[in-house]
Amino acid sequence: MIENVDMTLVDWSRAQFALTAIYHWLFVPLTLGLSFILAIMETIYVKTGKEEWKLITRFWMTLFGINFAIGIATGIILEFEFGTNWSNYSWFVGDIFGAPLAIEGILAFFLESTFVAVMFFGWNKVSRKFHLVSTWLVAIGASLSALWILVANAWMQNPVGMTFNPETARNEMVNFWAILFNQVAVDKFLHTISSGFLLASMFVLGISSWFLIRKREEFLAKRSILIAGIFGLLSSLMVAYTGDESARNVSKVQPVKFAAMEALYEGKSNAGLTAFGVLKNTDKKLGEKTVKEFAFKIQIPGLLSVLTGGDKDAYVPGLADHISGNAQKGIMSVPEKMQRGGFAKTILKAYQRARMLNETEQIKNINGVFPGKEFQENYFRYFGYSSINKPEDVIPSVSASFYSFHLMVILGFLFILIFVMAIYLLFKGTIADNKWFLWIALLSIPLPYLAGELGWILTEVGRQPWIIQNLMTVPNAVSHISSASVITTFILFAVLFTVLLISEISIMVKQIKTGPKHQED
Amino acid sequence: MMTIMISHLLLQHYWWIIVSLLGSLLVFLMFVQGGQSLIFTLPGNDLQKTLIVNAMGRKWEFTFTTLVTFGGAFFASFPLFYSTSFGGAYWVWIAILFSFTIQAIAYEFRSKPGNVFGKTTFDIFLFLNGSLGPFLIGTAVATFFTGAMFSLNMEHQVKWATPWYGLEALSNIRNLALGFAVLFLARINGLLYIINTIDDESLNKRSVKRLVFNSIPFLVFFLFFVVSLLISKGFDADPQTGIISAEKYKYLHNFLQMPVVLIIFLGGVLSVLYGIGVTIFKGSFKGIWFTGTGTVLTVFSLFLIAGFNGTSFYPSLYEPQSSLTIINASSSLFTLKTMMYVSFIIPFIIVYIWYAWKAINNTKITEDEMKSDGHKY
Repeated sequence: MIENVDMTLVDWSRAQFALTAIYHWLFVPLTLGLSFILAIMETIYVKTGKEEWKLITRFWMTLFGINFAIGIATGIILEFEFGTNWSNYSWFVGDIFGAPLAIEGILAFFLESTFVAVMFFGWNKVSRKFHLVSTWLVAIGASLSALWILVANAWMQNPVGMTFNPETARNEMVNFWAILFNQVAVDKFLHTISSGFLLASMFVLGISSWFLIRKREEFLAKRSILIAGIFGLLSSLMVAYTGDESARNVSKVQPVKFAAMEALYEGKSNAGLTAFGVLKNTDKKLGEKTVKEFAFKIQIPGLLSVLTGGDKDAYVPGLADHISGNAQKGIMSVPEKMQRGGFAKTILKAYQRARMLNETEQIKNINGVFPGKEFQENYFRYFGYSSINKPEDVIPSVSASFYSFHLMVILGFLFILIFVMAIYLLFKGTIADNKWFLWIALLSIPLPYLAGELGWILTEVGRQPWIIQNLMTVPNAVSHISSASVITTFILFAVLFTVLLISEISIMVKQIKTGPKHQED
Repeated sequence: MMTIMISHLLLQHYWWIIVSLLGSLLVFLMFVQGGQSLIFTLPGNDLQKTLIVNAMGRKWEFTFTTLVTFGGAFFASFPLFYSTSFGGAYWVWIAILFSFTIQAIAYEFRSKPGNVFGKTTFDIFLFLNGSLGPFLIGTAVATFFTGAMFSLNMEHQVKWATPWYGLEALSNIRNLALGFAVLFLARINGLLYIINTIDDESLNKRSVKRLVFNSIPFLVFFLFFVVSLLISKGFDADPQTGIISAEKYKYLHNFLQMPVVLIIFLGGVLSVLYGIGVTIFKGSFKGIWFTGTGTVLTVFSLFLIAGFNGTSFYPSLYEPQSSLTIINASSSLFTLKTMMYVSFIIPFIIVYIWYAWKAINNTKITEDEMKSDGHKY
């Protein structure tokens, strides 16, 4: 697509998008989860009529409000950066990718923004039931918003429901339902929103624990722990289940990413699942890339084969299989894919040349080739490989993929343990006496944030060098602007986001220290 | 085959109408920005400032959401505009984004304890967004008529022809005129909204006075832009070949060839003027309804003459054949059709927004009312 790409521009554009996404994901999960916790608390208030539940709801609602706006602020930048920094991408797949973003605005954002105003300002203006419905609609709106953006992201991981139109030089949607119910999208949505629920539960649990440590607001803390403990446990189980499903899907639709996140270089049957390990470089090479091996690992024999293929004899391909191919296992090599992608590109160039010279017969002939099943499945699906220089370039960072995945999984199991303990100690009536646990809960607040960011690092770094799996590489997607412009805006956004984060944390801490009573005064 | 062509064309027009409607609603909803731009000069005391900030703060999310949806709808229906303008006029869009980002947090943070940067910092953020937001959006929209410096290759990849990446739009007096017209219109709508929503006699009087001072520059800039638009050339796309050529008085022709659009435009302008007049001369509180409706109608009609009647809605001054029309910039038939089904939900959205809006605005904002709510900016 683009013959000469300025890699400084690509790297800074990538850095700017990563910066925005990382900051955005510091705020959004809390909105996703806390909105449901608020809705549950307010439902109890409306059902029981007990004013203490109103006080509790309003306390957490204040914290929700502080966090809500900043998520919106960073979100708008992400949406527009697809255009400003990735304009070639925006055209190449805009016919498909734009639709979920527009639907997100129409269906979700208006729901959220309309009823969040009622939620904040309507306590004394609308009936209790109307207010409660508004709070639930905010929660549903937030999750709907997540749904559409995750559908868009899932499509980048597993492009389905489209065909390439040589006339417009872009991919076009042919099956909306295939995009919406893309298995990657379903798993991604469930995994992501449940991780948001988990994060918010840990937030509520941690702050409530702080109140108990300080022997303050006991009525609020214990009731909040009850809600957060149960909601958090259910969410963390859901996270584990959907995470497992997601990993299975990755093994099917992004097998190179899967091999990288397992640091599996050589394919094998009876492959063990690495619970954790430490990687080190070796003298061996895969193409020009250094092969890593485990300096230390804890492995469960055969489990990786069982999880991915259903039995322990199932073959799990390694990175070497994907790069060099494995005819016995039906795996095509990258050089073969490069050849096929190159052929698709040659046909496209011939078509464009024919159009320029107005060669009607040639245009007609090539137009007949493009929609054909054989061309689409055997050639065009490897279109992006025409931009790959060396086969090993399709391998993402093995260290980043491996560590982000395994740390995330370990944290996931830790969260289940913490929520189980919280519920146990609460029902036993000794939670306030177990300071050690209260401190663990408090200090665990940043951990779900870390796990969420690790999850996105795995998703996005593990997908490299693709922006759309197998179809378009990141350098091909970038806008043709000066790298100096992008460096400048990167610095501007970095400063702005940091200022916003400092403000939020400072205000949040002050508000928590003030406690719920002040909110009512 | 013919049916498919017509259907695609119809949908391209349908989606231009939707995008135009969102754009015109956005300009109306920028009364929030207009109000923000007045927070240092309009209030006579701190209480009045708080009243203004709270009146605007309860509505900022609507403007923000409309902006995001406007961008999303443009992306989905006319992705070539999205990739061309955003990927080329980089600095203009980044400046707009930046100004809206600092707005989003300013309301929630400004008066909260623990605000390490102080109230004034966030009030300055509100003022900057209030002034720059409407001005820059107006300037960017003006390029729909005055054109931009870009070219597209065979693969529709944009190349911007100046090193200013969009900032050169600020050197065109017609762009500036529309930018200032939108800014002063936002301030007028902001003042009318304050008069309608806040129960404070002294603030009301001050607002009416400011209304006069803002209406004069608005009329000057708006008239200058409209007159220059009517006598300027536009870019016309041949319906058969798609070849773009310059046409003298193109926008005047568009009005005359689409009389309904002309009626909408004139109706809109009269409604804006009536809203201003009835507030200044008769002391009415309801001016916002007329000026607001008029704003939507006027902007809507301007969008229609920018994109309908074979007009290029984003002309390239650098390479005219790269100019964008609603035909060459649109999504596929399938996508537009899918999105059309989604758009059928819009009336339902308007109904619930109306219901919720009324529920919140059923009492005027006063000092006591703000206290009783508990969520005060």
